[in-house]
Amino acid sequence: MPEFLLLALLGGIGVALVAGPLGSFVVWRRMAYFGDTLAHSALLGIAVGVLFDINFNLAVVSCCVILALILVSLQRQRLVATDTLLGIMAHSSLSLGLVAVSLLDDVRVDLMEYLFGDLLAITPNDLYWIYGGGAIVLLLIWRLWNPLLAVTINEELAQVEGVPVARIRLALMLLIGVVIAIAMKVVGILLITSLLIIPAASARRLASSPEQMAVIASLLGIVAVLLGLYASSQFDTPAGPSVVVAALVQFLVLYSLPLRRVA
Amino acid sequence: MSPDNLVEITGLNISFSENSVIENVSMVLKPGQITTLIGPNGAGKTTLVKAVLGLLSPTSGEIKRSPTLRIGYMPQKLHIDTTFPLTVERFLKTAAFASVADRQQALESVRAENLLKQSVHSLSGGEMQRVMLARALLRKPELLVLDEPAQGVDINGQVELYSLIASIRDKYNCSVLMISHDLHLVMAATDQVICLNHHICCSGHPEQVSSDPSYMELFGVPGAENLALYSHHHNHQHNEHGDIVPLSQSESEDADHSHCGGHH
Repeated sequence: MPEFLLLALLGGIGVALVAGPLGSFVVWRRMAYFGDTLAHSALLGIAVGVLFDINFNLAVVSCCVILALILVSLQRQRLVATDTLLGIMAHSSLSLGLVAVSLLDDVRVDLMEYLFGDLLAITPNDLYWIYGGGAIVLLLIWRLWNPLLAVTINEELAQVEGVPVARIRLALMLLIGVVIAIAMKVVGILLITSLLIIPAASARRLASSPEQMAVIASLLGIVAVLLGLYASSQFDTPAGPSVVVAALVQFLVLYSLPLRRVA
Repeated sequence: MSPDNLVEITGLNISFSENSVIENVSMVLKPGQITTLIGPNGAGKTTLVKAVLGLLSPTSGEIKRSPTLRIGYMPQKLHIDTTFPLTVERFLKTAAFASVADRQQALESVRAENLLKQSVHSLSGGEMQRVMLARALLRKPELLVLDEPAQGVDINGQVELYSLIASIRDKYNCSVLMISHDLHLVMAATDQVICLNHHICCSGHPEQVSSDPSYMELFGVPGAENLALYSHHHNHQHNEHGDIVPLSQSESEDADHSHCGGHH
């Protein structure tokens, strides 16, 4: 196997592992649009990274985190409905990012690479970010698992029972921000949410507990990466979108099978 | 505060952006007592309950809770997304550290032991309410707070649910604060009724409250008609009288179904 393919495989698998449990929360809590908004803002992070010569990964994580914080505080003001707010922030941060990148005329930023990912160009350095960041995210999810579930079931009930609801919600947003930053390389800004949502939604068909759903989502994600990369090398299709198409095929197959819902 | 009281509220005011929802409310929750909050929609019942729970902070006034108070809370509705795979058993496990036997016992005391392995998405309204109640019991509460426990439950189920709540109070020796729409259905199972319409209109023993002019003014004839209608189904005697008879007077007759049957 050529080295670039091995790196791509390892990178894709790392991202799929983390995306499973986190994607399950995105599905349960109906945060798909929120994930999209954070992802769109990542391009702004890239532009800031180039401008101030900061590590791209770091710049993207900080940009997502800052956006998540702004979002939470704007949500509290109740100026407009949350989905309107998300729409405004998603597309204006993407546009701001595109404008900012175009103004950086001395640096060539390959837009396609960031918008759709370049899985086949993953470097060992990217792998450190994926596995380092991924390990931290998984560890935190594992430690916060019960409060995260409690908050997902009912926030007020959780609060009465002593769960620090505001902090847990914030933690979840930050985790999503980190995953977006590390997954960007694999499927790109525009497709990141699909990697969170599609395997989790497919896993719902097979799972009878939240834990099962998280694990199955990770496994399905890994299979999608394998299938997508195989298709990409066979038919010379773009790697990131091929992975998403593979995930879609899984979803369609699982939902057309006559499975009985267990829980 | 008095060590005998679980919660003491004095001169509570809560307003949301100039909009006063709770006005000068004072009340006390004592151990082992069932307190029912009644009042029209938008009267501030849920707001008051949330203040007791500590979910809302008072604009002015004071809420004192006994320092070690353990509260079991049952919200109005849960809204668990159907994508969330959750059995009753797993749902109960999120409540508190409890043994298998504890969970079984909690389900038994709400008469829902057969639901353990079922998905929460397949439960009926009444079943879900009982499972939520069981979850609240797992926390071994001194105070049970129930926000409209009878919501989405048909009228026979409601009667059963309220008697269940009364039996839970006796078994767990906890105090209960609940919201209800229909005083007549909860009367038998209530020690203290607080009739709320932003301020406390009247409060006291259920029979006292139901004959209070301010209660009549708030709930008027419609509530009384409901009672008459409800009684039709179970007791012909009321039909002949045609009078408004509070449920408590007919309680013994209602409970005695063979007697009822004799009239059919």
